[in-house]
Amino acid sequence: MKSSDAVSDQFPAGLRVLVVDDDPTCLMILEKMLRTCLYEVTKCNRAETALSLLRESKNGFDIVISDVHMPDMDGFKLLELIGLEMDLPVIMMSADDGKSVVMKGVTHGACDYLIKPVRIEALKNIWQHVVRKRKNEWKDTEQSGSAEEGDRQPKASDEADYSSSANEGSWRNSKKRRDEEDEAEERDDTSTLKKPRVVWSVELHQQFVAAVDQLGIDKAVPKKILELMNVPGLTRENVASHLQKYRLYLRRLNGVSQHQNNMNNSFLGPQEGTFGTISSINGIDLQTLAVAGQLPAQSLATLQAAGLGRSTAKAGVPMPIMDQRNLFSFENPRLRFGEGQQQHLSSSKPVNLLHGIPTNMEPKQLANLHHITTKGSFQDEVTSGIKGSGGFPSYDIFNELHHHKSHHDWDITNPGLTYNASQHANPLQEGLQQDNLQNAGQHLNPLLVDNSIRVKAERIPDASSQTNLFPEHYGQEDLMSALLKQQEGMGPAENEFEFDGYSLDNIPV
Amino acid sequence: MDTNHSRRQLAAMKQSLFDQGLLDEQFIQLEELQDDANPNFVEEIVTLHYRDSSRLISSIEQALKERNLDFNKLDTLMHQFKGSSSSIGAKKVKAECNLFREYCRAGNAEGCMRSFQQLKKEHAALRKKLEAYFQVSRV
Repeated sequence: MKSSDAVSDQFPAGLRVLVVDDDPTCLMILEKMLRTCLYEVTKCNRAETALSLLRESKNGFDIVISDVHMPDMDGFKLLELIGLEMDLPVIMMSADDGKSVVMKGVTHGACDYLIKPVRIEALKNIWQHVVRKRKNEWKDTEQSGSAEEGDRQPKASDEADYSSSANEGSWRNSKKRRDEEDEAEERDDTSTLKKPRVVWSVELHQQFVAAVDQLGIDKAVPKKILELMNVPGLTRENVASHLQKYRLYLRRLNGVSQHQNNMNNSFLGPQEGTFGTISSINGIDLQTLAVAGQLPAQSLATLQAAGLGRSTAKAGVPMPIMDQRNLFSFENPRLRFGEGQQQHLSSSKPVNLLHGIPTNMEPKQLANLHHITTKGSFQDEVTSGIKGSGGFPSYDIFNELHHHKSHHDWDITNPGLTYNASQHANPLQEGLQQDNLQNAGQHLNPLLVDNSIRVKAERIPDASSQTNLFPEHYGQEDLMSALLKQQEGMGPAENEFEFDGYSLDNIPV
Repeated sequence: MDTNHSRRQLAAMKQSLFDQGLLDEQFIQLEELQDDANPNFVEEIVTLHYRDSSRLISSIEQALKERNLDFNKLDTLMHQFKGSSSSIGAKKVKAECNLFREYCRAGNAEGCMRSFQQLKKEHAALRKKLEAYFQVSRV
């Protein structure tokens, strides 16, 4: 059954499921259960393997089921990556049924959360998530002309309290909350049903980011981004859903950085806000840039500095490639950002990564970046090795950096936005945040109060391992996540929501 | 060969395991998965579990030997062990896992060690009983 097919006669039989769990016993049981449900099952015991499989066969799966705790990559990180890259529904599972963990699943976009040991009944209905997602995509297509950013209301279907097999239906609250947080953000988070799923290649994402940068974060609405990108076949919905994810990422980065800022108030003084963003950007940028291979050495250095935030990178000068390399391969031999990337850089078509980024990036900014990213603990988010694709080009880092520098009072003021602090358009910030921009700088606190969302380490180890700079595995993609994680790890307090990606709370004012 | 006899014996053994609180509903789930395509599914799963869990037990044992216990690590390891044990329906073992984790959270080294010893006992005892069970089921 093709993923683009709405329904086949046998549906849900033949549903293509990818199940990821490092526990061989659980994995075998799940496989058997899923087969009994007549699904087509592929199992793997490592998140990295899962990502590879998904990337190799972009439309080869309908749904992913993954454990939360895995050795090579945090399940939530995998969840995010899948959402960003493949936009498939992902179900999380864990023996852990604590509220915070479940909440985490929600905020990270899981479409369901199963408590282990999983019963077959819980698996029998997972097909509903596939259908629902497609249905929403379809609806988005239909409404494509209507709402632009800010206007679109969350689709009713999104909010419908469908009850998944394993939960009471309260999972949908996650979507509701997301909508609220996103305010006027585009709601659709899925590619269109009728159209073939869009594969956001590195280049495509670069174009996307470039468009966002060009428009300015407050004006970066899907329609305009689409126009700028001028990619045949790409729809506004595609862009809108990608934008949404992108924002989520940025938000997380921003949030994390906030934490980090708090943590490292030593070096940032008034620029704390900026750091937050930088870190986030770094994550994205690094990945993207690395992936794109178009990152000029200078940019790369910046990114790396930002992303890594290694304590070693405290120098206020741009890191030479050498250092960059070291930064990345700090603890992870696989992360050869500097060297590896350099090669990649030359191969891609010349894209101006620094598009939109003021060219007057100063060493100081770099230094800031360093600081920002240093403290955090790169979680094991970084998973796969640096790959040529799959990362998110992060020109934005530069933009971010630039903006940060100029707008100290940026802070995440809007739960749904990464940074809205300043009036200045932050290319990274979506257009939705326009209203926030106005208030951004001054309203950090209110936002924080409102959302009580705080970036929190995703896992126990993360929270406590602030000194754990670089997890074992780094992948390009992971830089982004790593940054996010890093920052998250900084977040000490725990809020009710404990969103990992949103660190509104820690914005120092 | 008296298959009826074996069947009755098997049923009695199973009932006993349940009555003693050693197994829970999950075990039944596994049995229901057993079919012609996988006639020994439950046994395979249990075997796989014991093989894999011995690795975890070693890790925990190692971790418990450290001078300064890393409770976070222990908790994480035990979380894994618990997940695996609960997947075969090992009720009592699972309860011990929870106890162990509580001691971890309380930073109670002594409690951890004691609990772990108990856990290993339960784990091994269940294994023997299940082996006997499968033996009869194969008759």
